[in-house]
Amino acid sequence: MITKSSVQINKEWDIVGARQMGRELAKDLGFGTVDQARIATAISELARNIYLYAKKGKIAYETVEKMNQKGLKIIASDQGPGINDLSKVMEDGFSTSGGLGAGLPGVKRLMDYFDVVSEPGKGTTITTIKWVR
Amino acid sequence: MPEALRRIVIENSDVISKNWLDEITEKRESDYTSSISDSLYHTTNQEFINVIFASINRRGDTGEMDDFAERLINLGWPLSYITDGLQTFRRVTIDFILSQSDQVDTEEFSRILSIVEDWVEPIINQLVNQYSGSWEHTVSLQRMALQELSAPLIPVMDNITVMPLIGTIDTERAKLIMENLLEGVMKHNSEVVLIDITGVPVVDTMVAHHIIQAAEAVRLIGATCILVGIRPEIAQTIVNLGIDLGKFPTKSSLRKGFKTALKLTNREIVDLENSKDEDITKIIDSLK
Repeated sequence: MITKSSVQINKEWDIVGARQMGRELAKDLGFGTVDQARIATAISELARNIYLYAKKGKIAYETVEKMNQKGLKIIASDQGPGINDLSKVMEDGFSTSGGLGAGLPGVKRLMDYFDVVSEPGKGTTITTIKWVR
Repeated sequence: MPEALRRIVIENSDVISKNWLDEITEKRESDYTSSISDSLYHTTNQEFINVIFASINRRGDTGEMDDFAERLINLGWPLSYITDGLQTFRRVTIDFILSQSDQVDTEEFSRILSIVEDWVEPIINQLVNQYSGSWEHTVSLQRMALQELSAPLIPVMDNITVMPLIGTIDTERAKLIMENLLEGVMKHNSEVVLIDITGVPVVDTMVAHHIIQAAEAVRLIGATCILVGIRPEIAQTIVNLGIDLGKFPTKSSLRKGFKTALKLTNREIVDLENSKDEDITKIIDSLK
C-alpha cells in the first residue's frame, strides 16, 4: 500500500496547503493528535525552508510499511542553493536568516527518521519518516 | 470576403443556432451544469447564441455581452460553460460554411478559419477578462476581510487586554500582530496583555519567533505578556523543536492567564454569595 502525492511550494500560503495535506494523511493513517501536530509542524518547517531559501520546491508524501508498522514518509526537495555546512545547520541556534535556528534539528527531534542530502548550488532533499505507534 | 462570409452566417443564423443548440445539449450529459433545471439551461443557451450573433452582427460591439456575462457570473455559472459554448460555436460555424462551399482549397480553408477566429476571439477574451476580474475582486475583498479579522485587541478590564489569535500566522499577519499589540498597549494603558493561541493550528519556529519578538517588544514598553491557550500537543512540539519560551509566563487556558493577570495588577475575583455567607458565619461565631 503505497500512496504518493505531493504539493508544490511557490508562495507562503502553499506552506499551509502542504501541512494540511500532511495532517489529513496522518489522520487517515491513524496517528494520534500529538503526532499529527508533530508531523504538521515538521512539514511547516521543511516547507518554510524551501520557501525562504530555495523559493520553490516540493513536498512529497508516501505511506511506508515495515514489519506490521505503518508510517508516513515526507520528502522535501528543491533545486535551491543547497546547504554549505551540514553539521552546522543541525546545531541548535544556527540560522542564516535571523530566525530561531531550531528548524532542522527540531524536525529531526519531531520525526523518527531524518536524512539530508545536499549539494551546494544544486539543491537539497530531506527525507523523514514518522511511524505509527 | 469577410463581409460576404458574415452575411452568409447571419442569414443562416437559424441553422447554425440549431446545430449549436443540438451539440451543446448533447454535451450536457456529462457536464457540470447537470444541477441546473432544463428550462433555465435552455433559455440561457438561447440567450447565449443570440448574444453571439448580435456581437458578430455589430462587429465586436458587445454591450449585450457584458450584461449577459454579468448575469452568468452572479448566478455562478462556470467559465467553462462559456468557453465550451464558444468553441462549439466556432466549430459549428466553420462546418456550416464549408458545407456551403463547393470546392475549398487549403488557402481558402485557412482564410475561413482565421475569419471565424476573428469573430470568436474578442468575445472569448472579453468574457474571460470579465470572469477573472470578478474573481480578483472577490479575492481582494476576502483579503481585506481577513485583515480586519487578523489581530483584534480587546480591553477586558482596566490595564488588562486580550489578543485572541485564530488561524495561520504568516509574515504579513505577524507584522500586523506586532503593530496592533504595541499600539493597543499604549492606547489602553495596559499593564498585562494576554495572547491567546488556542486557535493557532501549528506553532512552528517562525510563529514562535514572532510571538517571542512581540512579547519582548511589549516588555520593552513596560507591560507584561502572558501566552495562553497552549494545547498539550502544541506544548510537546514546542519542546521537541527546542524553542525557549521561558522569558515570559505561559498558561494553558485564558481563564488561568486572566487570574494571573489579575494577581499581577493586585486584584482578585470575589464570589459575592460565598463572601456573604462567610460574613454571616463570622457574625454568628462572634456571638457565641
